[in-house]
Amino acid sequence: MIPTSYYLILSLALLTIGVIGVLTRRNVIIVLMSIELILNAVNINLIAFSRHFGSVDGQVFAIFVITAAAAEAAIGLGIIIAFFRNRETVLADEMDLLKW
Amino acid sequence: MVNQFLFYFFAAMAVISAVLVVTVRNAVHSAIFLITSLLSTAGIYLLLQAQFLFAVQIILYVGGIMVLFVFVIMLVNLDVAVRQIQFNRQKWVAGLVTLAVAALLGMVILQGSQAFTLADGRAPALDPQNTERVGEVLFQKYMLPFEIASILLLVALIGAVVMAKKRI
Repeated sequence: MIPTSYYLILSLALLTIGVIGVLTRRNVIIVLMSIELILNAVNINLIAFSRHFGSVDGQVFAIFVITAAAAEAAIGLGIIIAFFRNRETVLADEMDLLKW
Repeated sequence: MVNQFLFYFFAAMAVISAVLVVTVRNAVHSAIFLITSLLSTAGIYLLLQAQFLFAVQIILYVGGIMVLFVFVIMLVNLDVAVRQIQFNRQKWVAGLVTLAVAALLGMVILQGSQAFTLADGRAPALDPQNTERVGEVLFQKYMLPFEIASILLLVALIGAVVMAKKRI
């Protein structure tokens, strides 16, 4: 029987890797993929506690997290496509139209 | 025991795939490693006796969202981006701060891990009706968030169509 804290440590590891990916990469598509990693880590956390307390509410919350992740990924990729059509780049450093 | 071996196998695969997602140069390779990370997370869900979410994760996340990602990576010109520097100028500070926060959270989890073992003895047995129970709770107790999620999906659909048009 795996203790709940093992699942929480796994969730923490995935969260850390996702946050490092968001803060460090220049390619915005990989930044979006790191955001999906963070949402996945949160889901593992929710479902681990759902099993720990024996209620199914955590799994329902995880369904909503997956729904929100799908919506956000679709919009984010649409924005990337629209920007790429105008500026021909996917690197975050070169998206500086609003800088002074 | 099989349970322990499967947990360590899926956990190692998830973490190693996640590290590779963040590290490799080619965005298509990154998407493939994210797919393996999501599949091993689905295995973790199955170990946690969440059978409905195991299926939802594979169908929705891997079969929907990752296919969308791969389509967009193909639409965007990769050749220029692969030869550039992959990490921005703040990588050392960002890594340091993130590791500090993660160490803090890790200490919190390890300090409180005794609290998580007390109730482990009464963890429920394998529930063959997990899907039915999720459905009951979703449509009775969480009916309002369910409807709001459907409106969210409608908004996302309209937004994605508008974003991808050539002329609005």
